[in-house]
Amino acid sequence: MDIIITGLLLGGTYALIAFGLNMQYGVARIMNLANGEFLVLGALAAFWIFVADSISPILTMLIVAPLAFFGNWVIYKALLMPLVRRAKNKGQLEVDSILATFGMSFALVGIMVSIHGEYFTYSYLAEPFEIVGETFALNRIVAFCFAVLIGVALWLWLFFTRPGMAMRAVSVSTEASGLVGINVQKMSALAFALGGAVTTMGGTLISTFITLDASVGVIFTMKALIIIIMGGVGDIRGAIVAALILGLVETTVARLIDPGLTLAAAYAIFVLVLLFRPQGLFGRKPT
Amino acid sequence: MSHENEIKSLVWGAVLLVLAACVPLVANGYWMSIALTIAMFTVLATSWSLFSGPTHYISLATAAFFGVGGYLVGTGMSDYNMDFWTMVAIAPVVGAVLAFLIGIATLRLSGVYFVIFTLGLAEMIRTLVSWIQNNFTGSRGLYVLTDLTEADIYIYLVILAAVVYLVGWWVNRSRLGFALRIIGNDETVARHVGINTATSKVILFTFSGFVAALVGALIAPRYTYIEPNGVFSPEISFIVVIMALLGGTGRLWGPIVGVIPFALLQEYINANYSNYSTLVMGIAFLVIVYFLPKGVVGRIEQLLASRGRSTW
Repeated sequence: MDIIITGLLLGGTYALIAFGLNMQYGVARIMNLANGEFLVLGALAAFWIFVADSISPILTMLIVAPLAFFGNWVIYKALLMPLVRRAKNKGQLEVDSILATFGMSFALVGIMVSIHGEYFTYSYLAEPFEIVGETFALNRIVAFCFAVLIGVALWLWLFFTRPGMAMRAVSVSTEASGLVGINVQKMSALAFALGGAVTTMGGTLISTFITLDASVGVIFTMKALIIIIMGGVGDIRGAIVAALILGLVETTVARLIDPGLTLAAAYAIFVLVLLFRPQGLFGRKPT
Repeated sequence: MSHENEIKSLVWGAVLLVLAACVPLVANGYWMSIALTIAMFTVLATSWSLFSGPTHYISLATAAFFGVGGYLVGTGMSDYNMDFWTMVAIAPVVGAVLAFLIGIATLRLSGVYFVIFTLGLAEMIRTLVSWIQNNFTGSRGLYVLTDLTEADIYIYLVILAAVVYLVGWWVNRSRLGFALRIIGNDETVARHVGINTATSKVILFTFSGFVAALVGALIAPRYTYIEPNGVFSPEISFIVVIMALLGGTGRLWGPIVGVIPFALLQEYINANYSNYSTLVMGIAFLVIVYFLPKGVVGRIEQLLASRGRSTW
């Protein structure tokens, strides 16, 4: 029971991170391998502000989100648009964007290491909290609640507003949505920026209960990618289920076998998905 | 390429190879060690680009195979009292089998899945090996004690480089190389003209895994002390990718054009500004994507071609 709830709480935060990357890959068609570094930036900001002025990470999130939104928007406009224009086909854009975002990821890690090379250790709401007779850390529950809140807000926006609908249209087909009068470039930039902001907020939330350091971003990029592939690209329901599965499996392995094997467990899931359901949990086979 | 040209390039290759083999005669300790690093990355980057060059699949698995090679030599010699050369013979076979299995699992799918899978592979193997060591075998570090000098290892690597170049030359002329180029241009077309795309990719990927594991095994005596965190360092994969793309993967000899300057740059940065090595790698990636998408060699060929056209 303890394992299940902890796993689900962790999975909730994972779902939020994967949601960010899903917007970037599903709508803007950019496989952003620097995504994890934005997560770490969110964590670094939370740590910094908390240590300096002991401001709650939840408030930090409100400052960080618009900054990350703007930062990602600039990155898309300045660095990724030229690649989109240059690419002759989907494959070339994929390779170019992977290499470019790798570069950004390394550059960001380099910069963050020079800012703060050690662990971002701080303690926020590390108090016990009881659910159905078992005790959990309050910060995990708070992080989970905020992850759900942000996720629901985004979902409402995507499914019940006009820009949200336009964004979903772009994710289905860039050509067709261009034909019906949607500004595809603007929507892609918006999706990329929004995705970056969501991931950064996820990083701020995660930093309340997991201690991060500057170079750990790539691990979270991997986890987000595993979730997206398991859930199916662009499939929100699939991603949520996948994130909860990943959270559960990781927690189970960490508790019952060895905490050092969580990555191996995530990998085992990944291999199984690739071998048996490469189209995602709920995806249909391409015809 | 005409017959005469081909012979010419073979002769040139042989001359350069003999020159490379003479380096230990003139180089002292410090430069010998740099030459060894260059030889190691030349083999790794060239065998990497044999697969990734024509297919555009970016493999980040080099560190995994390299680590498997080094680690097998370490564990074989320390834990099981095996001979160095026996382990050198076993390591590349294990690397090739691993690459083959990864290849059939991931190469049927799109390029992104492959990149992501290989990205974490070295890290995953490292955690598994550390876990097994901590819980079952006990020892953490392994000793590789041989009487090979850096110059000996260097010579072996130069010979291996020659073999890789020959294989690459042969592949480029064969049906396999032709098939790979078509796959790189358009995989759907390749499938429709009857090329078994998965098999062609798996063969080349297996070869690159074989070579990387062999390099890892051969170079193990240089480090004397093998530790999972060292041999499975993911940096190796990224450096190999940067070097190969910097030089250009369009030609067989392209990667070495990137290997030499980048190895020297790395040496300089690590000696003087070691905190910035990650940042430098990031900038190198960005420079390649934005300014040298076909590498230095591709750029030079482009310039030569445009000059030729303007004087025409």
